[in-house]
Amino acid sequence: MYTPEKCKYTKTHEWACIENGVAAVGITDYAQHEISDIVFVELPKPGANIRQGERCAVIESVKAASDFFAPVSGEVVEANSALAAEPALANQSPHEKGWFCKIKLSGDGGQAALMDYAAYQQFTASLKH
Amino acid sequence: MTSQTIRRTPLYDSMLKAGGRMVDFHGWELPVQFSGILQEHRAVRSDCGIFDVSHMGQVFITGADAHALVQKLNANDIKTVPGKGVYSHVLNEHGGLVDDVIPFCLSNERFLVVVNSATTDKDFAWFKKHSAGMNASVENASDRYGMIALQGPKAPQLMAELWPDAVKLPRFWITETKIHGEGGFICRTGYTGEDGCEIIAPPSAIVKVWDELLSRGKKYGIAPCGLGSRDTLRLEAGYLLYGSDVDDDHTTLEANYGWVLKPNKGEFIGKEAVLKQKKEGIRRKLTGIVLEQGGVPRPGCAVWRGGEKIGELCSATFSPVLGRGIGVGYLVPPDLKEGEPLSVEIHSRKIPARTAKVPFYANKV
Repeated sequence: MYTPEKCKYTKTHEWACIENGVAAVGITDYAQHEISDIVFVELPKPGANIRQGERCAVIESVKAASDFFAPVSGEVVEANSALAAEPALANQSPHEKGWFCKIKLSGDGGQAALMDYAAYQQFTASLKH
Repeated sequence: MTSQTIRRTPLYDSMLKAGGRMVDFHGWELPVQFSGILQEHRAVRSDCGIFDVSHMGQVFITGADAHALVQKLNANDIKTVPGKGVYSHVLNEHGGLVDDVIPFCLSNERFLVVVNSATTDKDFAWFKKHSAGMNASVENASDRYGMIALQGPKAPQLMAELWPDAVKLPRFWITETKIHGEGGFICRTGYTGEDGCEIIAPPSAIVKVWDELLSRGKKYGIAPCGLGSRDTLRLEAGYLLYGSDVDDDHTTLEANYGWVLKPNKGEFIGKEAVLKQKKEGIRRKLTGIVLEQGGVPRPGCAVWRGGEKIGELCSATFSPVLGRGIGVGYLVPPDLKEGEPLSVEIHSRKIPARTAKVPFYANKV
């Protein structure tokens, strides 16, 4: 479990859980609720170098496609094959079974730009009308 | 079209109460989903669901020449059998679709035509124009009625509790009846491929029908459903969406709905164009495709046969029943065999697909 309190967040609703220079990344509960009914994810391949803020995965719901932007910079070391096989995991378990991939950070990976849990909670509260 | 304020159906408050996620749908504020498109889709395929379809239009054609006018406007053969309805295409002179509609015969001199929401005003003007010189009056009654679709294998059980006479009617028949004390209609129609009915009633009555169906339908697993599942259900069932799959420039034959055309019935608008196209053949045909691997096709995606682009998808989505992407598009040539290997371009990648039989789902009606 990548406990929400431990994670750092983007304004585009990705989380990153950083341990020993490797970030597990995924989408937040807010995002999975907004996207709804995820039926396909296209994940980055291990070995791929990705930069923070770049699109590195595509999320398809029944209704629409959404982009997944890399929350950190680095090299993809693992993609979640269970999620590729069962995309609904991103809805059912966004912070555990529904993680997207693991990224070995280059430098600090740009994590200083991310929000902590409290800031992200405030951010999503400001989005609700 | 000029810009206009967004319209709400009589069921707007009921939608909010049921947890509807509201969107702007061609100028109507309607729910795209409640619990989720997949869950609602499955409820309709295995139990039952209800949809607010109050945006649909109702046009009455009455008078001594009502039947003659209805026949002139429709490519299908509309019989004077009170209670009977039929799916039909209203054509322009070039054989393109003005709309796809369901005309019902209420009596020899009174017909109800249920039309699409975005085309209601256009249809009304078209009907009116062609009624000139005939003893037939055309009335757009759309603002006087709300409409609910009750669909699913368990819908007949729920219908039997509330409308025991209507449940005995065959597919596409209609009955005019009192609904919560007000004049309305129950039609054995729908847009999902499942059994069920559509209820047309004045605003105050339709609100009561919604509540009644939700509470009495609990034991049948009823789900309030939105436009999202309405679209996935209708596409699996092979039904056309006017404005996406057919329009003024696409013909019934091109849409692969030739069975609707009854040129032997007598004269109707567009008949000459139909006969000409029957003789000369079509250049493009609405063809079904199923993806061979993951990915979700969307309207507008290019369809390729080898290195040649042969068309674009006009409707496409993820099929919950097949667990794959499906779609329909006008492909050239029009005579591709079922199972022909193609590819669909999604996010700049060509995903393998095959042509497939439409409907994609074994419809229950």
